[in-house]
Amino acid sequence: MVRSVSVDLNNDASLVIDIPDALCERDKVKFTIHIKTTLSSFQKSEFSVPRQHEDFIWLHDTIVETEEYAGLIIPPAPPKPDFEGPREKMHKLGEGESSMTKEEYAKMKQELEAEYLAVFKKTVQVHEVFLQRLSSHPMFRKDRNFQIFLEYDQDLTVRRKNAKEMFGGFFKNMVKSADEVLISGVKEVDEFFEQEKIFLLDYSSKIKDATAKAEKMTRSHKNVADDYNHISGAMNSIAADNNTAFKKHLEKCAEVFEKLRKLEDRVASDQELKLTELLRYYTRDIQAAKDLLYRRARALADYENSNKTLDKARLKGKDIAQAEENQKQCLRKFDKLSESGKKELTSFKARRVVAFRKNLIEMTELEIKHAKNSMSLLQGSIEILNSN
Amino acid sequence: MSCMRRFCHETQSHDSLHSCMCRRSVALLLLKMSEERDPAALSGSAQTEGEEDLFVSAMESPEAARLSAEDISPSSNGPRDDDPDDPDDLFAEATEEVSLDSPERQPILSDGPSPAITPVTISPRVDVFDRSPDLDEDEEENRDTFDIQISVSDPEKVGDGMNAYMVYKVMTKTSLSIFSRDEVCVKRRFSDFLGLHSKLASKYMHMGYIVPPAPEKSIVGMTKVKVGKEDLSSVEFVEKRRSALERYLLRTVKHPALLKDPDVLQFLESSELPRAVSTQALSGAGILRMVNKAADAVNKMTIKMNESDAWFEEKQQQFENLDVQLRKLHASVESLVCHRKELSVNTASFAKSAAMLGNSEDHTALSRALSQLAEVEEKIDQLHQDQSYADFYLISELLGDYVRLITAVKGVFDQRMKAWAKWQDAQVMLQRKREAEAKLQYASKPDKLQQATDEIREEIEEWEGKVQQGERDFEQISKNIRREVGRFEKDRVKDFRVVIIKYLESLVHTQQQLIKYWEAFLPEAKAIA
Repeated sequence: MVRSVSVDLNNDASLVIDIPDALCERDKVKFTIHIKTTLSSFQKSEFSVPRQHEDFIWLHDTIVETEEYAGLIIPPAPPKPDFEGPREKMHKLGEGESSMTKEEYAKMKQELEAEYLAVFKKTVQVHEVFLQRLSSHPMFRKDRNFQIFLEYDQDLTVRRKNAKEMFGGFFKNMVKSADEVLISGVKEVDEFFEQEKIFLLDYSSKIKDATAKAEKMTRSHKNVADDYNHISGAMNSIAADNNTAFKKHLEKCAEVFEKLRKLEDRVASDQELKLTELLRYYTRDIQAAKDLLYRRARALADYENSNKTLDKARLKGKDIAQAEENQKQCLRKFDKLSESGKKELTSFKARRVVAFRKNLIEMTELEIKHAKNSMSLLQGSIEILNSN
Repeated sequence: MSCMRRFCHETQSHDSLHSCMCRRSVALLLLKMSEERDPAALSGSAQTEGEEDLFVSAMESPEAARLSAEDISPSSNGPRDDDPDDPDDLFAEATEEVSLDSPERQPILSDGPSPAITPVTISPRVDVFDRSPDLDEDEEENRDTFDIQISVSDPEKVGDGMNAYMVYKVMTKTSLSIFSRDEVCVKRRFSDFLGLHSKLASKYMHMGYIVPPAPEKSIVGMTKVKVGKEDLSSVEFVEKRRSALERYLLRTVKHPALLKDPDVLQFLESSELPRAVSTQALSGAGILRMVNKAADAVNKMTIKMNESDAWFEEKQQQFENLDVQLRKLHASVESLVCHRKELSVNTASFAKSAAMLGNSEDHTALSRALSQLAEVEEKIDQLHQDQSYADFYLISELLGDYVRLITAVKGVFDQRMKAWAKWQDAQVMLQRKREAEAKLQYASKPDKLQQATDEIREEIEEWEGKVQQGERDFEQISKNIRREVGRFEKDRVKDFRVVIIKYLESLVHTQQQLIKYWEAFLPEAKAIA
């Protein structure tokens, strides 16, 4: 039985975060983070703070580097805001201005603005979700750096630079391919983790592929919408030259294609938001889960090594106490990771299922809505054109 | 393509005519539909019943698409004199008789431009200034009994390797008396069609008749077919060509003068057609033709015609503009066809990927839902593919036909200019002869004077005759063009109106199916627990 309140991560009123506003300045996006809290650890109960994308990355990295969180799935970092698409389009628009009619140009400009807005919406959403994942997790919400991120009323740039020097991005520099080998190579005694390992490794490649294919599909939809736009423009040109009743007919047709374009665009962007974004997000989340398995596998390897060291020490009769202590620590770490890992992976599956369900339902409902709108537009137009 | 195959499957039990119809393209039916919707057309006799619009039947809402081209209103199609794409249009004055290597590749040689051959039914038409839809009596009468159906079907490959060619079955069903039989089937190859067109062009173009252009050649397309590639692209190519040939014939017989032309009758009826010397794309003859066309173009530029009739100037400008705009529209539609195909391919690819994801998913309910999503997307990809065929056959091909037609129309205007130039040249010559006559009085020796005077008088008479003929020809071609253009514009409007409705209906169908598929999926998504 699935909770009806699905992936709404702002459940807990003690710490509520959202991003109500964002500013796009050339290359940089400035997000306005809005916080409402009843926790005493915060100085104020409601406040806002501006943050850049790089600040999010800093926060993510510090959390990743924190040993204490090794047994948790670390919410994936939000991807960099990507305005490449609209920017390219803007370029094309500028270049093609001379070859287009005024109406076509205005239309494309409008379209461009809509696309810009869509990218904007996407990036705000994904940054927001990152913060909400943190705020809704019992351990992350207490993280010191998270609090700094939320509260520090100065620019975080200086802190960011320091952090880089401290950690040197050591985790990130590790060769990721080692993950897979290590994870699959480790002999697993725990049935749960064995299953998870098999599942995650396979699922991760499948979801990556599905994301790529969904992206291509969305792009094709957008291309079709573009074509409708051009067809509409061409029909208007022909209409302009006709001074008969036919002119009205042509203009009506041009209008139909223009409306079709808008609908097709909506279909494309809704599909992107509900399907492609969902797949993209979970591709990253699956990676975070894999990272957890990796850390656990490393801990297991460490534990096994510590056993070997202990045996050697016992044989030699030297440094036994040290080796025993080391072995105890490794075991403790491994057990801790296993225990919290199990919890995390179980709730991860629940979260994933709920998110898929919500998005698939919403996407389907939107598809139906758009198709019905298209149909009524088309049928209405057919009637008008027939009666002319 | 698959929607066509589906239809074939359904109609297997029908008689041979229906199975011919099996491979109808939508544009074809559309063309016929445009005719049947003409209010002035009185339904002629027998039309085959139960013929289904191919595409519509695939849409599960079959309409009886009556196949007859009963509407007599001739489509005004132009000679492709100036069509740079058509090196085969022989009307260029040159009659090249360069013969070539292989016996199959005879250089094209029409019956030569033969202005002397007047087509069968050219009689002075009624008031050409009446640009209303009224036709003159002849045509009105014919319309009542006009009934002819033509189909091009059953492409068959003959021969092997590079000498292979496709042969099509051309079936004509008619009750018109000019035909010797009610129903006749002949086999024709592509070059036969081109041969027919070149004959018609050489006979009628100079009179201002817009002769429908024949479909274009394609070396790449044909080579694939010859080489025996059975892949989808060569199958599509053959279907595209078959459909184009059918539209070509229908347009041709829609023209009342062309319908009665003996070459057309022979084409439709005789079992043996003299091998049309044909259409070697890159032959020496071809190159010669292109050179002559160029010369023609230069010639055109030096003829500065004194246009006394504003109508012609206005129309010419209109057609120039329409040409540009139609090409642009055509290009956009071609782009749509391409992107729609891509959408179909990408959707199919996503469907597969979603299925794999579903298999991999370990949560049972979600796994099932993902598999079902994959199935929905697969159905949708088929939908997109079908829609792209509609995009193509309904709109794109028709626009392509009209782009070529416009070129033909422009050519007809050029013919008028040539006629004017000929008339003017005759006047100049006449003037010269008269001047020569005057000079004679002073020039010649008395004993030779009489003979010279007689001679020059003869010449003067000859040129007077030519001037009169030139003027008559010019007036006649002007009349014809007005009428042809009137018909063309009427047909264009009609065709467009019908096409757009058909196309929008195809889009409606796609949306209906989408609703159906997604509504079926919604409970599956909700069932994830």
